Amino acid sequence: MSCGCCCADNKTLELNKIIAKYKDTRGALIPVLHEAQELYGYLPMSVQKKIAEGLNVSLADVYGVVTFYTQFSINPKGKYKINVCLGTACYVKGAGEIFDKISEILKIKNGECTEDGIFSLDACRCVGACGLAPVIMINEDVYGRLTADDIPGIIKKYIDKESDAK
Amino acid sequence: MSEYVTLTIDGVEVKAPVGSTVLEAAKSAGIKIPTLCFLKDINGIGACRMCIVDVGARSFQAACMYPVSEGLKVITNSPKIRETRRVTLELILSSHEKKCLTCVRNRSCELQKLASDFNIKDIRFEGELQNYPIDDLSPSIVRDPNKCILCRRCVSVCKNIQTVSAIETNDRGFNTIISSPFHMPLKDTPCVNCGQCITACPVGALREKSSIEKVWDALSRKDLHVVAQTAPAVRAAIGEEFGYPIGTPVTGKMVAAIKKLGFAKVFDTDTAADLTIMEEGTELVDRIKNSGKLPLITSCSPGWIKFCEHNYPDMLDNLSTCKSPQNMFGALLKSYYAEKMGIDPSKIFVVSIMPCTAKKFEAQRPELASTGYPDVDEVLTTRELAEMIMEAGIDFRNLKDENFDDPMGEATGAGVIFGATGGVMEAALRSLPYFLTGKDDENIDIHVVRGVEGIKEAELEIAGIKVKAAVAHGLGNARMLMDKVKSGEADYHFIEIMACPGGCVCGGGQPIQPASVINEIDLKAERAKAIYQEDKNLSLRRSHHNPRVLKMYEEYFEKPGSHKSHKLLHTHYIARENYPEDKCGQ
Repeated sequence: MSCGCCCADNKTLELNKIIAKYKDTRGALIPVLHEAQELYGYLPMSVQKKIAEGLNVSLADVYGVVTFYTQFSINPKGKYKINVCLGTACYVKGAGEIFDKISEILKIKNGECTEDGIFSLDACRCVGACGLAPVIMINEDVYGRLTADDIPGIIKKYIDKESDAK
Repeated sequence: MSEYVTLTIDGVEVKAPVGSTVLEAAKSAGIKIPTLCFLKDINGIGACRMCIVDVGARSFQAACMYPVSEGLKVITNSPKIRETRRVTLELILSSHEKKCLTCVRNRSCELQKLASDFNIKDIRFEGELQNYPIDDLSPSIVRDPNKCILCRRCVSVCKNIQTVSAIETNDRGFNTIISSPFHMPLKDTPCVNCGQCITACPVGALREKSSIEKVWDALSRKDLHVVAQTAPAVRAAIGEEFGYPIGTPVTGKMVAAIKKLGFAKVFDTDTAADLTIMEEGTELVDRIKNSGKLPLITSCSPGWIKFCEHNYPDMLDNLSTCKSPQNMFGALLKSYYAEKMGIDPSKIFVVSIMPCTAKKFEAQRPELASTGYPDVDEVLTTRELAEMIMEAGIDFRNLKDENFDDPMGEATGAGVIFGATGGVMEAALRSLPYFLTGKDDENIDIHVVRGVEGIKEAELEIAGIKVKAAVAHGLGNARMLMDKVKSGEADYHFIEIMACPGGCVCGGGQPIQPASVINEIDLKAERAKAIYQEDKNLSLRRSHHNPRVLKMYEEYFEKPGSHKSHKLLHTHYIARENYPEDKCGQ
């Protein structure tokens, strides 16, 4: 898995293009962060530093914005991004337990990624499927009306998929 | 459109300038509205909601931000407003670490004062305490987020006044924290250690890294010769800690108190300020006469020096090679003084008492040890000195005045005014005619470089040369000036820069005045008065008239800019990268 730090020269060139595209527009920071995150999958310090230098703002400004908005991540994301909805409906239907179960099985906390880069875990706000509460999403797949007991099976599906691919 | 509007505040008709806020209008009418996050010219963002008022809108509005308008009706005080403010205050208190008794800001805390003013006897809400780690790795500044109330005064002064931007508001909701990017320790950021965040903080979330214990330890050791040196701005402000009005110089009592603490000798850093003028003046004349690098920029302010190293690494050759007076004096004590008194320099322990937190960083710079020993061993801020005096139970107000010790006790008025913005420039201009022609001119009070204007310019004709000078204080102003110089827009010979707004008198180590005072008076101007009064009272007011300094040259350094003075009194600078990759803890 690419680390996205300093080795990926092509990505650096791409990032420079993104910065150049927005450089002289007001409010450039957020669109640049969006595109940079799309490029790298997340926003490590080296990328934030380049953006700060490129847009002539302080790293403190960039980091403040990145950590304010939940859609930006400073940690790498897994191949399978697990989002657990902690919106009101899901929460009262036991989403907390589901979150804890996933965390326990994968041994990662909120916002983290497994060492092998396969899974990452995030708590998110309402995904708009309250009728299916509690809901989790793994990449684009939606799983609803879950209990904690359903979790091991779901995760196993993706682990199997990975070993088949190998 | 007229320039003024008329509004009604609590039934009183008030005329206020267009564009002013309800808070300002109320103040002009003598109506007090409580504030917490508001700091005049620094922070007015309505973050804390203590200043809410009823303007007839659906919800209460923050008076520090709400603009006046024609016919506006404002109510500042009603049971509902008081209750809302009270709930807000209780909520702030609910997640605040309430260890007031052992807090550095006990009795000078603005939150504590508000709780007392609001007659808070019980906090109805139990908030969550976060238990954040304390960042005490910087040699100058300690940050304790557990005491932080997120008012953002520190963020604003760092970002908008100093243009350093080492800290920001990070994360959100209950997890909101004021910290540097990636929660790096301050020491790994472009923080310049100026400490303006400390003097802006209403609570105890920011403080200096204390040297008090180390100094007490040194004072208790019989094998050490512990000496103190005090900067000019200390005497102009330490009186505030003992109930004197702002702007009262208390030099004699300060010296007496330091002696009572057990220091063997108490010296005046101003002597080294005079020495600085001899060296820096000579450097300036040399650069002018021999087409050296111009403008020459002063190097007394360690906050400014680090700022320059981070932001203008290509202009380090413009900085004077002179050490700051603190370090010149330290080097003198461990060379000239040690030899003269027959004391082993390894046994001399130099404590400098400074209005400055950046001096703590400067003292640790490895290159500032030209005698083989650190020029300065420990740095105390003005506040720390006051704490030690109180801890020792000394009755400051009833002390008999005492004089600085010989053989380096005497300083001129030129050395004294180093403590205020424009002071180093004025001191240099008082001596420049002598350096250029061997004779003094009649100029002694050079008012054009005094005062609190952000950037001051002067053009003086000295010995047929039109000397162009500029003075900036506060790093935002310094940045503006430097950008002008860099772009070739300005062609000065000599620039004085001090990191703190107002110069050393408002340094990050000075007594902290609450917003209620800072919002009312210009602290910079008031404290500078003490400095200029002291200057006026001295008979010697030009550095090159200082008999002690002249003797030092005669006995030791030979002449300004000599080989020996270069070894002991001059230094060099280091280009510093902002956030170097190896510190990126990822």
